Amino acid sequence: MTPPTIVPGTDGTGAMDRREFLSLTGSGLFIAFTMHPRPTRPELPAAAQQRAATDFNAFLHIGADGRVTTYVGKIEMGQGAMTSFPQLVADELNVPLASVDIVLGDTDLCPFDMGTFGSLSVRQLGPVVRAAAAEARAVLVAMAAEKLQLPAASLEVKDGVVQSRTDASKRVSYGELTAGKRIERHLEGPPPLEPVSVMTIVGRTAARRDAIEKVTGKAKYAGDIVPAGALHARIVRPPAHGAVVTKSDTAAAEAMPGVRVVRAGDLVAVLHAHRDEADKALRAVKSTVTPSANILNERSIFAHLEQKAPAGNTVASGGQLAEGEKGAKTIVEQTYLKGYVAHAPLETHSAVAEMNDGKLTVWASTQTPFPLKTAIARAVNLAPEKVRVITPYVGGGFGGKSAGAQAIEAARLTMAAGVPVRVVWERDEEFFYDTFDPAAVIKIKAGLDGAGKIVLWDYTVIGAGERGAAQGYAVANHRTHVRGGWSGNTGELHPFGIGPWRAPGANANVFARESHIDLLAAKAGIDPLEFRLKNLTDVRMKGVLQAAAAKFGYTPKAGSSGRGYGIACGTDAGTWVASIAEVKVDKATGAIEVVRIACAQDMGLVVNPDGARQQMEGCLTMGLGYTLTEEVRFANGAVLDKNFGSYAIPRFSWVPKLDTVFVDNPDKPPQGGGEPAIITMGAVVANAVFDATGARLTQLPLTRARVMQGLAKVRRE
Amino acid sequence: MKTISFTLNGAPRKVTIEDDRMLLWVLRDDLGTTGPKYGCGRALCGSCTVLVNDESVRACMTRATSIDGKSIVTIEGLAAGDQLHPIQAAFVKHAGFQCGFCTPGMILGAYSLLKKTPKPTRAHIAQAMDRHLCRCGAHVRIVDAIEEAAAVMAGGAK
Ligand code: FES
Ligand code: FES
Repeated sequence: MTPPTIVPGTDGTGAMDRREFLSLTGSGLFIAFTMHPRPTRPELPAAAQQRAATDFNAFLHIGADGRVTTYVGKIEMGQGAMTSFPQLVADELNVPLASVDIVLGDTDLCPFDMGTFGSLSVRQLGPVVRAAAAEARAVLVAMAAEKLQLPAASLEVKDGVVQSRTDASKRVSYGELTAGKRIERHLEGPPPLEPVSVMTIVGRTAARRDAIEKVTGKAKYAGDIVPAGALHARIVRPPAHGAVVTKSDTAAAEAMPGVRVVRAGDLVAVLHAHRDEADKALRAVKSTVTPSANILNERSIFAHLEQKAPAGNTVASGGQLAEGEKGAKTIVEQTYLKGYVAHAPLETHSAVAEMNDGKLTVWASTQTPFPLKTAIARAVNLAPEKVRVITPYVGGGFGGKSAGAQAIEAARLTMAAGVPVRVVWERDEEFFYDTFDPAAVIKIKAGLDGAGKIVLWDYTVIGAGERGAAQGYAVANHRTHVRGGWSGNTGELHPFGIGPWRAPGANANVFARESHIDLLAAKAGIDPLEFRLKNLTDVRMKGVLQAAAAKFGYTPKAGSSGRGYGIACGTDAGTWVASIAEVKVDKATGAIEVVRIACAQDMGLVVNPDGARQQMEGCLTMGLGYTLTEEVRFANGAVLDKNFGSYAIPRFSWVPKLDTVFVDNPDKPPQGGGEPAIITMGAVVANAVFDATGARLTQLPLTRARVMQGLAKVRRE
Repeated sequence: MKTISFTLNGAPRKVTIEDDRMLLWVLRDDLGTTGPKYGCGRALCGSCTVLVNDESVRACMTRATSIDGKSIVTIEGLAAGDQLHPIQAAFVKHAGFQCGFCTPGMILGAYSLLKKTPKPTRAHIAQAMDRHLCRCGAHVRIVDAIEEAAAVMAGGAK
């Protein structure tokens, strides 16, 4: 037997202590595991330590009844983590999928997890969970060998029963083995993993576990959790970023029946059991405001970014740019722009907090329950173990629920009010406090030799950051320079919050790069697919391009061909992706109709093929928004888009025919699927518009007005 | 204040409320019926859709007093016990959802569509559902599900 497990302690890392854990899991086997002993780095602040050290933990519990519970600190926001983790566990443990349960996003029950983002759930945590299950199986087989008095090598596991390979009457079930026993293990070496070829559950489509709850209305989101006596809070807000509420006269609100006014530090809130009555009370509050000094808007922002962004650094380079210029027969320079984009999940940020016996429980729609727990503890001055964050179903996140300000507000108001308080942001608060995908400016100077080879690539991105900026083509002389990223808002570069948005930064970068590649192909007079293949050495990239072309039924023709075909490719979250689209452009109105898209992905082992397809379709559909209409309008610190009336997100009538295909690579580790396909959308549509009309659009979104300007330019030239 | 009586998912209910209360919040906060969701509050997204006398309405912009004497069905009341309604079954089969937040409204919107147009084309479905928003991009699957539900319901099955 291996030495006892070291379960991460309550050292502020968000993990529970062992006694607490044992009391929760009761009798039965549980395996705690880490990828490797947790390194300690005393020179780092505690917050960094917990980030660096603990994101690989997860737990399994096997009950006396044979049921397996997987505890994973990820959350379910539609991406299917709830379905794919049990697949991995069931396959490694050799138990039926139906006997595996899963607990997600509960900081008292699950091991520390940094958060659900970056398409990392299966990519990073998947191998850890698989390894845990593999170890559990090895332990159980060893126990069975003792019990049956047979050598372990003579045993096999079928449906949670360990039995002799030659005499099936010699058998003992996992449930029998674990009854009354508790074994703790620590993964030291790599456990014996099942080869993919013998897996029967992974790689096959599994029905979504959340289906019945979601179609019957039983699925609970944070706003659906109502502790006894809970009150809704509406918080007095400034009208603009940079504006300050100096005084709030709440007398009229307070006089309304059932209304309470609560002040907690800088928060002034009106509370009522009924949301619409709290809304009414908020409208009765009279605020005195000092206006914002910010003078930026969605048009002036680009010059501001160019001027004020940090000098940045070169993240990749090779050869000599001067050599490239010398060798180039044609040089093409272009600037690409993209505005701010909102996350706009249908569920606004929601949370409810309840204080019970000195412990604060917060149900929150969040992508980061563990960091949120730490932030709440700090905000309300409680020890971290006195705070528990529970994450019910999350109604869409896309990176926007990484912050959790609403949960901190609920916690603070609960402490101040002495009753459970619910904070469910109004849609205009959601737009106002969103951490937008940042506006970006991208400048590219590229050169072609006489044979259609790219010999120069000088790339500078301002605002969007590094993700997706690497160019990936075989270019001898190149430089990629990054000024400012998508995280944080250093030096007040942006007038409001910015943050991760589905494939952060990559949507801007891939739009610019793949538009520019298209521009070069047209200059060279070469079909854009051929041009890419000619300038690529990356086999997996060529593979997805060819797979997308085959699915689409693509035939080569140099642009603009009038057919309205566009191509774009890239890598994201470890996955290779290529899309080909067909569009129609209404030259009278500038309206773009995307008719169909074929998208190919090489994401290594595909754990749940239909789940992965759902994510691809979701990416392509959501991506229509930032491509065609979505850009946040703002002025003087105020966000002018406050609801779906002016901020248009994709609708049924916009959605093209979608064909998705995987380049089969089951022996490669599984990669991210929640983001990659969205990165191609801007360029694939812009390139198709060029192919249809000859108009090269260089600013996202491709609004009707911009299409009309592009068409007018073609007519002039 | 006004007292109104109605049926909610088949059960008789009576509430005494302020005249300006909204149906969405009376359902959610007074009656604990959390299937209808708040998404926009301005009749723009469809998340709060419920059936009033078998017609779909947006509860966020519907005065609660207007339902006096009527029959309200929310997503919780669509299945017959454990027997899913064919639209629900089709949403399960085709995975017509991701995060699921738009789903109650989508299903009740589809119910209303199929009541008026039992055999819609895909284009009809897209047009009729266009005021129901889904941020996750489950649209293609939702259309698949509605198409199948239409076929099942037309066949008189279930
Ligand atoms: S909440 Fe009623 S339509 Fe959006
Ligand atoms: S499934 Fe998330 S909004 Fe539709």
